[in-house]
Amino acid sequence: MRERVLRTVWPAVPIILAVATTALLVMVYQADPVQTFSALWEGAFGSPQSTFLTLAFWVPLLLASIGLLMTFTAGLWNIGVEGQMIMGAIAASWVALKWTEAMPNAPHWIFLPCSIILSMVAGALWAALAAVLKTRGGVHEIFGGVALNNLAIITTNYFISGPWQPPEGGTFRGTEPFPEYALFPLYGNTRFAPLSLVLAIIALIAVALALRGTIWGLRLKALGKNMRASFMLGISSEREAITSMMLCGALAGLAGAVRVLSWFDSLRQSISGGIGFLAILIVLLASLRPLLVVVISLIFSGLLTGGSVVELRTQLHSSLSGIIQGTLVLFMLLFGDYRQLFRKRKTPAEEVAEEQPVPVEAVES
Amino acid sequence: MRVELRDIHKYFGTVRANDGISLVFEPGHIYGLLGENGAGKSTLMKILSGYQAPTSGDILLDGEPVTFKSPSDALSKGIGMLYQSPQDFPPMQVVENHLLAYDNALILDMNKGESDLRETSRRFSFELDPREYVDTLTLGERQQMELLRLLSLGAEVLILDEPTTGISAEQKEILFDTMRRLAHEEQKTIILVSHKLEEVQELCDEVAVLRAGRLVGTQKIPCENRDLVRMMFGEEIPRQPRPELRSEKTVLELKDVKIRTYRLTLENINLTVKEGEVLGLAGLEGSGQRLLLQACAGLLPVASGQVLLDGEPLKGKRSPFFWVPWLAAAVFVVRFIWLIVLLASGQINGLRFAGQTGVAILLAGLIWLIGTVLISWTSEDPYHVFKRRGGAYVPAGRLEEGLVSGLSLTEHMVLAEPKQEFVIDWAKARKDIEERIKHYNIKGRPDSRAEELSGGNQQRLMLGLLDSPLRLILLEHPTRGLDVTSADRIWELFQERRREGTAVIFMSADLDELLDRSDRIAVFSGGKMSRILQTSETSIDEIGHLIGGQEL
Amino acid sequence: MSVNDTEFVRILASIMAQSAPLLLAVTGETITERAGVINLSLDGSMMFSAMGGFVVAYVVGGRLTDAGITGHFLPVMAGLAVAALLGALVALLIAWGSIRLKRDQVAIGFVLTMLLTSMANFLGQGFTRLPGPRVKHMPIPILSDIPVLGPMLFRHDLLIYFSFLVVIAAWWWMYRTQPGLQMRGVGERPEAAFVRGITVNRVRYLYTAIGGALVGLGGAAYSLDIKIGWSDNHILGIGWIALAIVIFGGWRPFRAAFGAILYGITRALAQVLQTSFPAVPVVLFNSLQWLLMLGVLLLVGSDAIHRLILLAPKWAQRPLGNLLRVAPPAGLGTAFIEE
Repeated sequence: MRERVLRTVWPAVPIILAVATTALLVMVYQADPVQTFSALWEGAFGSPQSTFLTLAFWVPLLLASIGLLMTFTAGLWNIGVEGQMIMGAIAASWVALKWTEAMPNAPHWIFLPCSIILSMVAGALWAALAAVLKTRGGVHEIFGGVALNNLAIITTNYFISGPWQPPEGGTFRGTEPFPEYALFPLYGNTRFAPLSLVLAIIALIAVALALRGTIWGLRLKALGKNMRASFMLGISSEREAITSMMLCGALAGLAGAVRVLSWFDSLRQSISGGIGFLAILIVLLASLRPLLVVVISLIFSGLLTGGSVVELRTQLHSSLSGIIQGTLVLFMLLFGDYRQLFRKRKTPAEEVAEEQPVPVEAVES
Repeated sequence: MRVELRDIHKYFGTVRANDGISLVFEPGHIYGLLGENGAGKSTLMKILSGYQAPTSGDILLDGEPVTFKSPSDALSKGIGMLYQSPQDFPPMQVVENHLLAYDNALILDMNKGESDLRETSRRFSFELDPREYVDTLTLGERQQMELLRLLSLGAEVLILDEPTTGISAEQKEILFDTMRRLAHEEQKTIILVSHKLEEVQELCDEVAVLRAGRLVGTQKIPCENRDLVRMMFGEEIPRQPRPELRSEKTVLELKDVKIRTYRLTLENINLTVKEGEVLGLAGLEGSGQRLLLQACAGLLPVASGQVLLDGEPLKGKRSPFFWVPWLAAAVFVVRFIWLIVLLASGQINGLRFAGQTGVAILLAGLIWLIGTVLISWTSEDPYHVFKRRGGAYVPAGRLEEGLVSGLSLTEHMVLAEPKQEFVIDWAKARKDIEERIKHYNIKGRPDSRAEELSGGNQQRLMLGLLDSPLRLILLEHPTRGLDVTSADRIWELFQERRREGTAVIFMSADLDELLDRSDRIAVFSGGKMSRILQTSETSIDEIGHLIGGQEL
Repeated sequence: MSVNDTEFVRILASIMAQSAPLLLAVTGETITERAGVINLSLDGSMMFSAMGGFVVAYVVGGRLTDAGITGHFLPVMAGLAVAALLGALVALLIAWGSIRLKRDQVAIGFVLTMLLTSMANFLGQGFTRLPGPRVKHMPIPILSDIPVLGPMLFRHDLLIYFSFLVVIAAWWWMYRTQPGLQMRGVGERPEAAFVRGITVNRVRYLYTAIGGALVGLGGAAYSLDIKIGWSDNHILGIGWIALAIVIFGGWRPFRAAFGAILYGITRALAQVLQTSFPAVPVVLFNSLQWLLMLGVLLLVGSDAIHRLILLAPKWAQRPLGNLLRVAPPAGLGTAFIEE
């Protein structure tokens, strides 16, 4: 009975800790925590305008997180998701900028689907690169991801200040705006594109179903839990690693396309906005549960859009949002499992004795 | 120093590794501790050396009861153990290994350590180079290094756990000479844990025999091997007559196979296994049986020779796209040469050349990437080919290799199903696993997770997940952790498979099981495979002797 | 004009100076990982320590000036001390989470990276682009006039000299002392170390703290010396480079230091080439360091080095193998069940 109560109540503990820590920090800066949190809320969902802003930020975040569900299930740390988004954005920009230029007589509706497809391909290939570096080159996917992220950013800067610079000269801000028919159709004068949300929901359903209900999803799950036993059961770790990374890259690429064709109207330096890294935190916090991913990504999105209002109101730096997000995940990681926290400390001899399996006399060659 | 073990008990859960053992060891003597796998020898010595604490019982040194907090604590009181797998630090040098946790001096005195090592080495006719790196040493040399360390830290009692497995005959002689000198000249107490009768006879003054956790008795050496064997393995039970289910069709063939690893080299293995046949592999672990099993399954590549399954060599499947990386290289080379031509003829400048080369690299890289991805999707590992062709391998490490912790029984069922469809029919999977649960008597529900099952049930689960019909089943310790009735049941189920034509090869530490269940037995000892015996023509005696390294 | 006044020597000296923070961080992380703990939070904790060190130095400097005490030495020392403390605490958090709570070191490290970056930006607000105390330039009198080597090694400040010394001290400690030997044993084979009576987890905590402190100092070496001051995302990315250099360095102080300097050379080279060939897009030079990182990790991670060594004559193989050794301490990242 006590077990059950503890188990349901305990998840609230990291949340409380995170909120408390943030409030403490805020007070240190002589700002009012209540005012801060209400500014946060206002910036996130307080008005229709801000709500749509939050939603518009949410969609690419959701897409990236859905993709990461797959790689995390397989036990991979796909830090490179940020770079995969950027490559997707570049590919979409290429279509929106250059294809429209090259084919002025083509029907207008054709460009958006092309952007979407190409962005997914670009993201998938960039992810495949990280995967192959790992499986063939022994480069851990974290380092491969970090390096490729930076290379993607550099590529963006190259295009913005070089071949794709706007007529008034490259100032590293961005390309010139894309023609409107190449963008996602927006709702009213917000940045929110309902189509993008539809795509995200389709992706969510597809991935959630695939992970739960297909043999492929089960293989990923087994791989993430025990690579050796999975091999013995017939699963090829290289194949599944590459596939899951590519699918994640595809969704990340799509997220990049959404960013560059709805939130922005041109390719910018800050095209990814840290969404990739944020998605990693989200999936960690959600313990790989799809529905929680939806909720948490919405909350995190709100925290970010709210953060800019906080900055206006209280002069506090907008990285406060990052602190809330980070402390949440950290506390959840460290203290989320109450069992570890309260286990009895044992003596060294007891520990060693416990670790001995049923005695195996000899050790294998 | 006189060592007494008084009524030592050690339980691991319900398993009684040591069940009330009392022994006395006097200085100046060499003792042998005999027993088959699982008899409790290593456990007892781990207790004596301070690695584990007994569940109950006392250890007395010169009449004083002591408790050891750790192996180094025991060593400080004079008891040192030479572990079967060396507890050393391979990437470091011998002298560093020697000096680690040696004394409290801050600065390492490598020169002194070196000269100490050379001196003591010479005393025992070891040939150790203090500057060598441990991972280049042979097992025998690593033992010598550890021995020197124990002696220089003041060990009065030396426990050697299966020391001669994997060392050369020459090194064994050196080791035994050293032991004799230590006992007779320096009044140390030596305890030799072994399964090799001839060595015990050669070296020891007295021997204690353990079986199933209990002390069967002690004997003064010299004595009859026969007596020792009987104490180790028990009386011979009359065998049931066994049905002849063997056909004439060959399932597995090994031709001049050589398998090589760091510790062992198995050579000149020639083996034929027919449909419906059961081949048992006997011998102490570490003697090579597992390597053979793994080689048969494609888990271990053979250094030379062939493994044939149903007449076809066992090897991995090469991808039909294997040529794509070559294409990428070719594309780059061609383009690069073309660019050089352009550069040389002045049609492009240096900058453009560099830029175009970069583009060529990117293009070739893209082709290579796509090729690698395609290859990974369409090639197959030899072990997976083995499975596809009707083979199965059941490992001994249940949660390490055989089952996935965190996955339910139903999920395991889905993964094990060879004709699994893309979309999982969970209802059908549940039904399937419920059937297997009943058939194999697994105490668990479809939703239970693998790690929640007891060891025996995990074993039953692994067997229950096997497909049928299969051509060949390879098992490491099929009935480990199972009681007699369950083991019987498992073998009944194997009988059904034999009628389908499935061949079975298994390794086991239980000689009774080997004699009861196999048609033929191969004995492994010290990395060599004996000739293959017909079960109907052999006995526990003979096998016991072969395991002990002797021909009858 | 002496050789020491040439552009070339000036650049060499600058490379050595710029490498100092990395030398500290890389040596520190090498120690931590040798003891068996991965501190993946390097990017965040270096930034956090950089901010913390600068802010403390600034505030202390202000207070002291009010009290009539001028000079940069005390504020800088205060800043460095705090930075070291912060670095140690972060590293200890990861070690504790791994040893006591049995959590994945990689996960904790990664989350900390992001959290500490945000914290650094947040807590550093209000201190951006302010001039602050800096470490005083202190060339060593006679030695700094030695041709070429003089400016390279002896015409810097205390912190940079300290970083050189740290590398040497780390090497000496690891390879010539008993405690260092035990530390290596703990990282390599915790069970064997336990058998020898070493308290494994205590050793891990100790060296994690020391390594973390050095990492913190590395971060502050930027904000108080090489890249003075603080701004948003001041030294983003350098922590990842440091982690890669540790791998490149094969977990040995001198080789890791070599890697850090190699990195500095690459940066300098990129800058020089950029100014010499302005026509080449800046892309290439920026990507050089990341391509180098990938190249280095590929070299280390694949079998390439191993196969290359096998091609060498027999007598050369062992020394080459040691020089080019790339295997991590076998106990890295594991949680040893002991106390």
